[in-house]
Amino acid sequence: MSQPVYRLQGVTKVYPTPSGQERCVLQVDDLHILQGEILALVGPSGAGKSTLLRLLNFLEPPTQGTIHFLGQPFTPDREMPLALRRRVTTVFQRPALLNRSVWENVRYGLRLRGEGNARERIQAALELVGLRELADQSARQLSGGEAQRAALARALVLEPDVLLLDEPTANLDPYNVGLIEDVVRRTNQERGATVVLVTHNVFQARRLAHRVALLLDGRIIEVAGVEDFFERPRDPRTGAFVRGEMIY
Amino acid sequence: MQRILAGDATLIETVVLSLQVSGTALLLSTLIGIPLGAFMGLTRFPGRRLMTALLYTGMGFPPVVVGLFVYLLLSRSGPLGQLNWPFLPALFTPGAMILAQTIIAFPLVAGFTMAAVMGVDPHLRQQIQALGATPWQSTLTLLSEARVGVVVSVIAGFGGIISEVGAVMLVGGNIEHKTRVLTTAIVLETRKGNFGLAIALGLVLLSLAFLTNLAMLQLQGRTFDP
Repeated sequence: MSQPVYRLQGVTKVYPTPSGQERCVLQVDDLHILQGEILALVGPSGAGKSTLLRLLNFLEPPTQGTIHFLGQPFTPDREMPLALRRRVTTVFQRPALLNRSVWENVRYGLRLRGEGNARERIQAALELVGLRELADQSARQLSGGEAQRAALARALVLEPDVLLLDEPTANLDPYNVGLIEDVVRRTNQERGATVVLVTHNVFQARRLAHRVALLLDGRIIEVAGVEDFFERPRDPRTGAFVRGEMIY
Repeated sequence: MQRILAGDATLIETVVLSLQVSGTALLLSTLIGIPLGAFMGLTRFPGRRLMTALLYTGMGFPPVVVGLFVYLLLSRSGPLGQLNWPFLPALFTPGAMILAQTIIAFPLVAGFTMAAVMGVDPHLRQQIQALGATPWQSTLTLLSEARVGVVVSVIAGFGGIISEVGAVMLVGGNIEHKTRVLTTAIVLETRKGNFGLAIALGLVLLSLAFLTNLAMLQLQGRTFDP
């Protein structure tokens, strides 16, 4: 857990506003994400956490700066090669599943890669999230928790080097939260996948993460090991956020 | 009615020509309309609103006006008729009828396809890209998710041309053994007072439309992405 998978340098993301002006939603001067770690990104709504995750999945280019992924630069005018882009995937807060069976949804990413016949991998992924019994059911008939587990299975079946999670357990019941956290922990420990977790929930960050980063107004305020972040925060804003005293 | 039951050669010729003209026009409309509809539904570009308004106007084109437009375009003194390009169809040929019907049907296919892909969950596109889809794979998947609406767009295009008479009458001329199709034959037989034959031809037309739509509905249950 020492080599950086990602290195972000001078990264900004600017969006146009409806009034024709520009708004900078992210400004990261320097951030390293290490091989095999679970990094939690915490912060209030609108802090830029999900934007950062989209950049890490190469879904949008940065407005300025460079994201190095496994040594390959991703810049405003330089795309990430498809083979490297496919080593990263995201599970979003609200899963959008295809109007097909659960099995076909999990198989989808493999089919994109020409590996649609990997039945054992699909079965193993469904087993891991406890959905094997529902493999033939239409994805539209799943409950919220089941749909999120199906979304997790379709990501894990790809055996990604980096798993990005955007509030994966928001609005889920404790059973599903526990199950998803357990799968994430096992994926990190057993497969060595790097995990970047966006969450509002500081308790979840503490349970899962090795390091935690606080984002406020698009800027990283502090990045620290989980113990230091929660017990000995360097920045007073981190302390206020951890104690739930931050007003935003 | 006896001619229909006996498999009259002229009648069969008319049915075959109807299917050839409308089938080819539908194929061309689908090849133009589905990519155009997908592009307009999935991308944002300057002038998109104007293009959408033009497309919606095209969906309501009166066939007879399209026929007039193609007639003027292809007539010897028209802008294209003077060019004598070998790939341009001449007036009063099946090729001219196909061109007119393509112009009638492709806005219908494109417009309904655009609406169908815009109706797909907006989060899905980003999520399938996050799973590693290329832009081409992503477009095919979204079209596949919108397949009910996409098939309806093709059915609407087919309905718009198999039943139209104004354009094919103007640019085809209803010439026996050459450009006579079911709809123009119905008009002719009605004018001659052969109501029985006109009704029978109408029934053949309805049956063809029904069977074709039945076949196309089979596509709604299929996925066609990678």
